[in-house]
Amino acid sequence: MTEHVLPVEVNGETHRLLISDQRTLLEVLREDLGMTGTKHGCDLGECGACTVLLDNQPVLSCLVLARQAENRSVATIEGLAENGQPHELQTAFAELGAAQCGYCTPGMLLSARALLEDSPDPTAHEINQALAGNLCRCTGYTKIREAVQLAASRSPA
Amino acid sequence: MSTTYRVVGRPLPRVDAMEQTTGQIRYADDVKLPGTLIGRQLRSTEAHAVITGIDTSRATALPGVKAVITGADLPTTYGILPVSQDENVLAIDRVRYVGEPVAAVAAIDAATAERALELIDVTYEPLDEVVTLDQALADDKPLIHGEGTGRNVHRSAALEFGDVDEGMAAADHIREDVFFFRGNTHAALETHAALASFSPVGKLTLWSSTQVPHYVHRTLERVLGLPAARIRVIATPSGGGFGGKTDPFSHELAAAKLSMLTGRPVKITLNREEVFYSHRGRHPVLMWIKTGFERDGRITAMHFKSFLDGGAYGSYGVATLYYTGALQTSTYRIPNYRFEGVRVFTNKPACGPKRGHGTPQPRFALEAQMDKAAADLGLDPVTIRLRNAVEPFSKTVNHLRITSCALSECLNEVAGASGFAEKHGRLPIGRGIGLAVSAYMSGAGLPIYWNDMPQSEVEVRVDRGGGVTVYSMAADVGQGSTSMLATVVAECLGLEPADLNMVTADTDLTPVDLGSYSSRVTFMAGNAAVEAAMKVRSRIIKAVADKLEADPGDLTLVDGRVAVEGDAESGLEWSEAVRLAIATEGPLSESGSYRAPELAGPYRGAGVGISPAYSYSAAVALIECDPDTGMVDVERIWVAHDIGKAINPLLAEGQVEGSVYMGLGEALYEEHAFRGGLHRGPSLLDYKIPTALEMPPIETILVESIDPEGPFGAKEAGQGPLLPVIPAIANAVHDAIGVRIDEVPITPDKVIAALRNAARGGPGRFGPEAVPEFEFDTPYRVEPPEGFTP
Repeated sequence: MTEHVLPVEVNGETHRLLISDQRTLLEVLREDLGMTGTKHGCDLGECGACTVLLDNQPVLSCLVLARQAENRSVATIEGLAENGQPHELQTAFAELGAAQCGYCTPGMLLSARALLEDSPDPTAHEINQALAGNLCRCTGYTKIREAVQLAASRSPA
Repeated sequence: MSTTYRVVGRPLPRVDAMEQTTGQIRYADDVKLPGTLIGRQLRSTEAHAVITGIDTSRATALPGVKAVITGADLPTTYGILPVSQDENVLAIDRVRYVGEPVAAVAAIDAATAERALELIDVTYEPLDEVVTLDQALADDKPLIHGEGTGRNVHRSAALEFGDVDEGMAAADHIREDVFFFRGNTHAALETHAALASFSPVGKLTLWSSTQVPHYVHRTLERVLGLPAARIRVIATPSGGGFGGKTDPFSHELAAAKLSMLTGRPVKITLNREEVFYSHRGRHPVLMWIKTGFERDGRITAMHFKSFLDGGAYGSYGVATLYYTGALQTSTYRIPNYRFEGVRVFTNKPACGPKRGHGTPQPRFALEAQMDKAAADLGLDPVTIRLRNAVEPFSKTVNHLRITSCALSECLNEVAGASGFAEKHGRLPIGRGIGLAVSAYMSGAGLPIYWNDMPQSEVEVRVDRGGGVTVYSMAADVGQGSTSMLATVVAECLGLEPADLNMVTADTDLTPVDLGSYSSRVTFMAGNAAVEAAMKVRSRIIKAVADKLEADPGDLTLVDGRVAVEGDAESGLEWSEAVRLAIATEGPLSESGSYRAPELAGPYRGAGVGISPAYSYSAAVALIECDPDTGMVDVERIWVAHDIGKAINPLLAEGQVEGSVYMGLGEALYEEHAFRGGLHRGPSLLDYKIPTALEMPPIETILVESIDPEGPFGAKEAGQGPLLPVIPAIANAVHDAIGVRIDEVPITPDKVIAALRNAARGGPGRFGPEAVPEFEFDTPYRVEPPEGFTP
């Protein structure tokens, strides 16, 4: 089992971690960094619960080897709020009841954030497309879509 | 208190919403303890076999392995129902399905634990597999429970209310139909996880993703042989339940035992494949339904038979069996009713309760048949249902007590909102609209184990600083039970829900609530919370009234003040009033409880289906069905739900929308399918659940009938609205392309088969032709309740 030092930026902070090569980004986030906000639902890239942003692109962290994040920046749910101020998406999800059990929520929020970066005023179809890889078993997606639209409408263009 | 409420009825966010959206909320697998070992379970590769040997020596010798256990280490059987104590933590002598836990290990890390599983040598002597209903009802197959061969019948039931033969004789028109509802599963996003920690003083703590901490507590006591007082169960916030975390599970008990053996915390988190094997999902049910109608559509009699494929263990199955026959009468006035049902064992993962528990299957059959009968009689789908709709404050022939009931209003609401009358039968080929109704319990009337104690207890404690803490064992599985409790207590005390501290689902800290199942929490824990909060309120009002020499009747609690009604400036600020109450009469801590009234009718099985109140739902589905591909797309769904009173309309709508989603998945995509005893696709890639792309817009209409016994008039919302969605879609498919798919899920191959059947001059139907010949016992005859007029 080979080990390497992994320099990686997570939510703006640089870490140097000693990790074995076969570990996934999901495992390293949850186990080495204790950032349990990122969830696991299948560990096979099927459910989207583990979505994080790698250089601002949504990825399934269960399918990304931690080494692939070397010298790159990772954004997780823990870094979505800035200076204690929740992101518009977080507030909108809370206000509109877009989280029920909340388990898909971190991954959903990061996919939504990536969407709004690319497309600040998304259509309903763009929202559905962007979130189609994030399964939710509670909400029927209704309030999630509404929350993404609300956050988009409140974000400065 | 006035009937205009300050917080009840407001669309407020969940009290834990920001914890959820910031990733701070901790689910079972997020809980960390120093020195935690990782547990894993070895699972059977055989569907049905005798275990002829288990050799764990190589695993035990592996460095890093701290303990290995097998069935012999935990010989006590258990099961959620007292009548079905048929499970072992780890299989003893026999395995009954692929995926059944056979051994468990605890090791320093996951890789070592998984390596250890590979080093356990199990030898099996395969037995004949019993995987289909017909095989289970044959008398030459090995008994799954027991020795030798015979029919694998778990339980059968036969009941008759009124006189069905007489009712059929009086009918102008009789229909017989056969339906099949294939099984499906919960697929909550969070996989089950449990962390056990056995302390040096001999106390066990279990953190688990469970809907029923109280029943897990009792099972740990039974299986581990520890006194209940030395066991603490903490139900962590659950990443979805839907009934899938309502049994005590093998991994919870194995983690506990491994922690006791090693003296270290042990965590077992199931992977997705293991969740499919743990199952307890929707039973596959084959159904036969014969109904007599008068010319005007009124039902004269119904005879319903159900055949349940239960999988390898009992689980809730005896209850499920009765549920397939219990609630037909809750929507329609059926003057004479016979129910015959049988549940069989098969070599597949055990079925159990999934959202709607045993009632979505018969509801699909019943609502599809109502549409067929309407067509036979030249009636429209709305009229035939309105003619048969049960009345509020009535009794059904099988002794269910109906209180508030807005069934007809729900029906009229969805029909109106969807333009049903203008569309039904009038849309172009390939587009269709369908309708269905349903009812569901607001909590099972009886606890799972017989006892005279309350079904829910809540404590409210107020500290000297004015802080209010609410204690309840109700487990929030995403449905918002904690927010519901905060809302009703805040209403009583003149505070905001967000002001309260909520302590829930911890057997050490909170008084018993039986759990988050049967849609019972709002009604039962809600009533208990209101009682506790009103005692606190009375004490505060009394203390303030004494001091101000005012009439207690003139005082009210509003916006953090105890004031004379109509004079917001008067009286005392909340925390001052609290200190006054503590100074005059001591600690300000009160409790409340709820126990359902005695409702069971005079027959065996009467405990299933009774409830202090029923919610009512109606749904309309507008769909497109491509006759070339057989693909069904749902364009829009309207649901009207009689919730009694929406304590929080935002969260209530969420429950309705989630129910619609789950029903849509069951109607069109989801099936827990097997090839022999092997699951066909135990993964979320193979088991298709709807994504954002498949979900149509949902229009939710909350109808408030104000139940006289519900907290602030409230009834359930988490399960009922699923029920009409499946038959509404099935009825819409018929409206779109003129064929009947009498089997769920309605997949493209079935649509194409039905269309081909029609093209060849057949009836244009896909579905089962008959039910097995099974000799039920002579039905137990029950007189209709007093005051029931046929």
